[in-house]
Amino acid sequence: MRKALLSAIAISALTLSACGSGDDSSSDGAPAASCAPSSGPVSLTYTTWIPGIENVVKVWNDKNPNIQVKVQTGPNGNGGTYQNFFNQLKAGNTPDLGHIEYDALPSFRVQDGLFDVASCDIVAKAKDQFIPWTWNQVSFGDEKTAWGIPQDSGPMALFYRADLFEKNNIAIPKTWEEYAAAAAKVKAAGGYITNFSQSDINQFAGFAWQAGGRWFANDGQQWTVDLTDDKTKKVAGYWQDLISKKLVSTVPPWTTEWDNAYNSSSAWTWVSAVWGANSIMSGAPKTAGKWRVAPMPQWSAGENVAGNWGGSATAIFKNSKHPYEAAQFALWLNTSEEALGLLNKEAQLYPATTAGTKYSYLANPVEFYGGQKIYETFAEAATQVTPDFTWGPTMTSTYTSASDGFKAAVSGQGTLEEALSKAQTSTIDTLKSQAIPVKE
Amino acid sequence: MNAPVLIKQRALPTLVMAVCTLYFLTPIWWLFVGASKNSDQFTSTNPLWFADFELFANIGDLFAYRDGVFLRWMLNSILYTGGAALLGTVLAAMCGYALAKYRFRGRELLFNVVLSGVLVPATALALPLFLMFSKVDATNTFWAVFLPSLVNPFGVYLARIYATAGVPDELLEAARIDGSGEIRTFFKVATRLMFPALVTIFLFHFVAVWNNFLLPLIMLSDERLFPVTLGLYTWNTQVNQIPELRGLVIIGALLSITPLVIAFLLLQRFWRNGLGAGAVK
Repeated sequence: MRKALLSAIAISALTLSACGSGDDSSSDGAPAASCAPSSGPVSLTYTTWIPGIENVVKVWNDKNPNIQVKVQTGPNGNGGTYQNFFNQLKAGNTPDLGHIEYDALPSFRVQDGLFDVASCDIVAKAKDQFIPWTWNQVSFGDEKTAWGIPQDSGPMALFYRADLFEKNNIAIPKTWEEYAAAAAKVKAAGGYITNFSQSDINQFAGFAWQAGGRWFANDGQQWTVDLTDDKTKKVAGYWQDLISKKLVSTVPPWTTEWDNAYNSSSAWTWVSAVWGANSIMSGAPKTAGKWRVAPMPQWSAGENVAGNWGGSATAIFKNSKHPYEAAQFALWLNTSEEALGLLNKEAQLYPATTAGTKYSYLANPVEFYGGQKIYETFAEAATQVTPDFTWGPTMTSTYTSASDGFKAAVSGQGTLEEALSKAQTSTIDTLKSQAIPVKE
Repeated sequence: MNAPVLIKQRALPTLVMAVCTLYFLTPIWWLFVGASKNSDQFTSTNPLWFADFELFANIGDLFAYRDGVFLRWMLNSILYTGGAALLGTVLAAMCGYALAKYRFRGRELLFNVVLSGVLVPATALALPLFLMFSKVDATNTFWAVFLPSLVNPFGVYLARIYATAGVPDELLEAARIDGSGEIRTFFKVATRLMFPALVTIFLFHFVAVWNNFLLPLIMLSDERLFPVTLGLYTWNTQVNQIPELRGLVIIGALLSITPLVIAFLLLQRFWRNGLGAGAVK
């Protein structure tokens, strides 16, 4: 026993010292500031939580023996991986590439953690392949920079139960006004038109995005926070009205209760993003064949504006020693038909490139939706998302504050609008406490 | 004392115990029932009663998912936890024994420093440890989780208390007179006497490492190195994207608690002895 113990200690000490002195590759100079190709074979690390990503990366590795990509994984961004990225930035050992959702990119930008991929000519040339508003999500409105390469997007549309609407003779709402009127009829028929997720600020942000609300802006010097502009207030008032009249159910999102609301036909519609198609399929299997997809209801009849919910980018960290090769890989991953097809198959990612939304695998009829070619609706919505919605650099705290207020509002204490103004105040406080300049 | 009073005296504690038992066992029951259903029935049937019993099919699905990475996580957990608890117990026992049985300068100071380690929560240490391991390029390795898990100041405390009370000086002197070296005396004589305390330390340590979630979360980015807690958590954060994972997380959670249950059932006997013995002497 003593021997075993001693040798274990000796081994661990050896391993530590070996790690400390070895690995010369990490000491060959300061991080590259420009996007120049490296000489010789390159090995890249890529941290992401996309399910099945290994199968996609394997295709790249087989074709590019000189640029090998190693996948690392972890919990989803807000579940811990972003915090890990920040720790790794502090320690100077980030991976070369990281998966970052659009709403988290600004926080990495203000911490100066990212490499400006627009400085790579291959990226600058590829810019036109992306749907303009997705590019805006990585450039924050500045033409000359880009802090990642758009990966996927979440254009929104209306999922609805065609059978129930037809049976009860209710027209499919085309405007939000019609939607509210339909809500009353659905309630009379014994259901809820939808479930207003009591804590899902991202869905609400999608609604505000569609209505023209602009929560954040950055003029290069200062941030402006405006969670309570007129457009957002209109959206908040609209949903508050439905909640107060008890025309919507309010179970917590992504729970079994929530699945059950859809599976048991008590909720009839869901205004959600393209990836929601899969959520309904697996959460409400009993309702197969009964769903359809229509464009998102509009604020004024005849308009064609969509919101967006979700989406992410592949970012290159500033510590990467091989930004050029990393950019090559990220471009392949997010623009090639092969990679996008695999990403869609493995993880239902919906592409951010114009060509991507028209690929053949997205043209197929979907059996669960009664054979409707639902992705055509989303492809249209993807082009109708307005471009200039910007996220702030402290979204986590904004979400927490707003979500607390939303939960209170659905249980009858306070309103959505009050929740938003509290979130406004706390966001400004958080920005100040992190010494991020903010305009008041 | 007449009979009704006796019944009354027993009824209240029994009731309290029954309520507590129910309270603690219901989640486990829920977990077991949930793990036995398919995903369709999981949302649509009574959460506390069985539908079709598909436990074994579910276990099969779990083991097949992503090339059986779950089994790898279980193995990792057992290595991290079992290995660290075993080695950590030996270290704590040696340390506690030395503090109890040898007189040397700075003994109390040393003991107080070690003891103050009890006050520092593991979560607070995770980030500094990460930065230190980063300096030597040792993050994302087995050792990054294993080495910090070895230390257990509370175990040192328990071992010292127990060695003071449970290992008579006379016996050690006798061993020395018989020509036994100090290390040999420790392993041949002292550890035998301290055995119940060692089991207690082992169990405490086992549970502490098993539950230390933040350290692996911060240190590891290679899925193949994850302990099962981190692995299941990772899946659970992806349920929005891949709803099928919910079923796997539930069945995985059920399987992941079995080693803890087994450890407790096997060691419980010693453990109770250990707690009592230290307290009375």
